[in-house]
Amino acid sequence: MMENACPENEHPCRTRKVQATWTWRDHLGAWKMRWGFGRNRYRVQPGLYAMGLPSPEDPVLVTANYKLTFDVLRRSLAGQNLWILVLNTHGINVWCAAGKKTFGTDELVKRIRKHHLGQVVTHKTIIFPQLGAPGISAHEVQKQTEFRVTYGPVRASDIQAFLANEMKANEQMRTVTFTLRERLAVVPVELVQALRYFLPIAIPVVLLSLLGGINLSIATALAMLPFLGAILTGTILFPILLPVIPLRSFAAGGWLLGILYAGGLALFIHAGGWLAATLLLILPPLVSFIALNFTGATTFTSLSGVEFELKRAVPMMVASAVLGVIAYTGQLILGG
Amino acid sequence: MAHEYLHNVVTLKLDQDKCIGCGRCVEVCPHRVFRLNDRKADIVQHQKCMECGACALNCPVEVISVRSGVGCAYAVLKGKSQGTGPDCGCCG
Repeated sequence: MMENACPENEHPCRTRKVQATWTWRDHLGAWKMRWGFGRNRYRVQPGLYAMGLPSPEDPVLVTANYKLTFDVLRRSLAGQNLWILVLNTHGINVWCAAGKKTFGTDELVKRIRKHHLGQVVTHKTIIFPQLGAPGISAHEVQKQTEFRVTYGPVRASDIQAFLANEMKANEQMRTVTFTLRERLAVVPVELVQALRYFLPIAIPVVLLSLLGGINLSIATALAMLPFLGAILTGTILFPILLPVIPLRSFAAGGWLLGILYAGGLALFIHAGGWLAATLLLILPPLVSFIALNFTGATTFTSLSGVEFELKRAVPMMVASAVLGVIAYTGQLILGG
Repeated sequence: MAHEYLHNVVTLKLDQDKCIGCGRCVEVCPHRVFRLNDRKADIVQHQKCMECGACALNCPVEVISVRSGVGCAYAVLKGKSQGTGPDCGCCG
């Protein structure tokens, strides 16, 4: 692809052509993104793209330069002739970048001018993704560029229907969901991130066990399995069960799930008093913490709510974990 | 199934008297918190607000206020530890 140099004397601006179909490379890239590999480098060039053979009357869609976002959009536009204006969000998706305002008023106004959109198309409407709205001020864009912002649907898969329906979105197109399928899509990244907590927890437990005179293989197994189970409970089970967990607080819901997991584990291995206490004190706050972290992957948690939870839950997590370490030490000294 | 987060902590406010009924807030809200009644916006699902701030930023007469930001524990913790506002840098 060539850089969109767009010299003043050349009209219309040079645009890049784009197709709806995905190559194997796009599929591989999408898979890597779902697992969190190389997310910071998965980008397309910002600029103006031509889908099909657009005329000056055809619509203009705006999107972010995260390649997965761009790919999902173009795949949903098969058979259409239109323009796609890609803003530079430094490889971040529409919703997150809107929150950071990089998918925002200034960047949009700048791109409209840089790519001479007013000369490329004859109409004065740009279709902006609804989830980009936290980043831009539609009336401000209109004031500065004369382009009127129409908010498109939440999901790219609804764009064809939106365009066919005279650019009107129904309630369903305007509503964010968090279906099982959508929750499962974010699980791999959460899992990879949560596994980073694993070693800092496992190593001290192994050392503590070795000091207590247990041989290495048992100590390692002791350290690995319950924590690994807690991580899987927090990153996989919690997202799956989210709508049926009867507590709105993520920390409380995670803690509850953690108690069920730790209690079940204690029963399963016929743990004695000290060990059962250790499991019930250390594992639930870990599941709770992972669950609380899942707020960042959801589509409906608020900043005020997360702050409220953190303020109350983190001291309890720390207290519980400290008591757990004391219980574990007690078990090593007194024998479980 | 409809997800709901904590109630009673949401900072969303609307000064209905000054609303001009343009409907932008209804259009941008991803959780359908607003409805247009008699050419005035109305908050009908306050507890569903996720404080994304789209409504306030797109209100041409600035009668909506909300303390907007990301509802992400990692971002809040990272912001606190670095002395900045909530910022993730984790989402792709």
